[in-house]
Amino acid sequence: MEVHVDRGRCAGSGLCMSYVPAVFDQSEDDGKVLLKAARPEPGTAAAVRGAAARCPAGAITLSGRDAPGGTDTRGR
Amino acid sequence: MPHESAPVPLHTRRTHFDPADDLRRLTADGPVTRVSLAPGAGGEPLWLVTGHEEVRRVLGDHTRFSTRRRFGSREPAGGDGERPDEGVGLLMDYDPPEHTRLRKMLTPEFTVRRMRRLQPRIEAIVAERLDIMERAGHPADLAELFASAIPGPVLCELIGVPRDDRDDFLRRCHAHLATGRGRQERTAAGSAFTRYLAALVARQRKNPDDGFLGMLVRDHGGDFTDKELRGICVLLMLAGLDNISGMLGLGALALLESPDQLALVRDDPAALDRAVEELLRYLSVPHAPTPRTAVEDITLGGRLIRAGDTVVCSIPLANRDPHLTADPDRLDLTREPVPHVAFGHGIHHCIGAALARMELRIAYTALLRRFPGLRLAVPAQDVAFRVRSTAYGVERLPVTW
Repeated sequence: MEVHVDRGRCAGSGLCMSYVPAVFDQSEDDGKVLLKAARPEPGTAAAVRGAAARCPAGAITLSGRDAPGGTDTRGR
Repeated sequence: MPHESAPVPLHTRRTHFDPADDLRRLTADGPVTRVSLAPGAGGEPLWLVTGHEEVRRVLGDHTRFSTRRRFGSREPAGGDGERPDEGVGLLMDYDPPEHTRLRKMLTPEFTVRRMRRLQPRIEAIVAERLDIMERAGHPADLAELFASAIPGPVLCELIGVPRDDRDDFLRRCHAHLATGRGRQERTAAGSAFTRYLAALVARQRKNPDDGFLGMLVRDHGGDFTDKELRGICVLLMLAGLDNISGMLGLGALALLESPDQLALVRDDPAALDRAVEELLRYLSVPHAPTPRTAVEDITLGGRLIRAGDTVVCSIPLANRDPHLTADPDRLDLTREPVPHVAFGHGIHHCIGAALARMELRIAYTALLRRFPGLRLAVPAQDVAFRVRSTAYGVERLPVTW
């Protein structure tokens, strides 16, 4: 799975960082998402899909083999 | 203030924790329905969006659904971007690019890490309220002594209101907000509140401290007008008082009515994060975000919404949508968190969400720890609910321990 973040869309909720701190961080400078691991460990795939689905700005998208998982990650 | 005998607007009607039956019936017509929110009381019909997916579409599309124009008698902001005095700084009423400019400066002040720095202060505020409740003896009104008493001091801590000024500040703030919603006239208390905020801003301009206002002035001093800084403080109070007191009171009631669920979180504080998300979803305290105005003709949920039409999103119905999660009307604190819209969605997603989550977690934990035998002092059906407010809640919640 590959993780993509759109910092232009990010609303700075920090939710992704709270759910999967190994993959997402929140910048202290602008409050927006920082991607720590574009190709996260397979063990975190479910949590990453959850974070993408919950992102209030639809700023996280996923691609790759285990990306869809029945979860709409497009944020709309 | 709304007249006591006026009908409760349709989208705010509830029965205990649930959307009221007449509100819920609307979902039978599909996820988007043409209604009058105050039947018989005038007011133009508007679109009520009740489906989770459709609510996310509206709130996620700020280019086609503007928050600029308010429904009812509120005047739209002038075409030149000039706004009436009392709306300045209220982010939820702004569209980009004004919204982007302010939000960009505010977002770094609300990061998860920055909010965590407030944790010890919030814990102290909660402990103090529980001391007062314990000293008052039982039965005690949890709504007054706990739910309504916590958010104000927490917001003062965030903004940087000196401790000695807080009681006065909050008293004036309540008076201001009670008259400030959609009204031109201000009471003496309202003016006093504005004057106090002006003095607070002036002090921080001269001598910025490490608090929220101080940081804003230090990092972006010239980019904010004083009026905007005052407005941002008002915005925080508007967003943080009723919503949090509603969640604290209703959440306590929901836990007391489900002792097995209560035991889950009391005995395992680690389960509380998940429990807070489920309580946010299940209780859906804010009835609706700022109404949107369609900028162009749009088809949504099979209905044609015309440019200029007003669109209201129902938070409780969206969060109880069967497409969102299985058995949505059941409170299940072990539920895998779902993408609820209790904090909204899109660019207007609540900027204080991280603070709210932390505050709720701290307050529920401390309450259950202090009073392990907490129970209702009246039958559940006798609990009085707060029905005339932008956020649902309990009016009184007599408890014993």
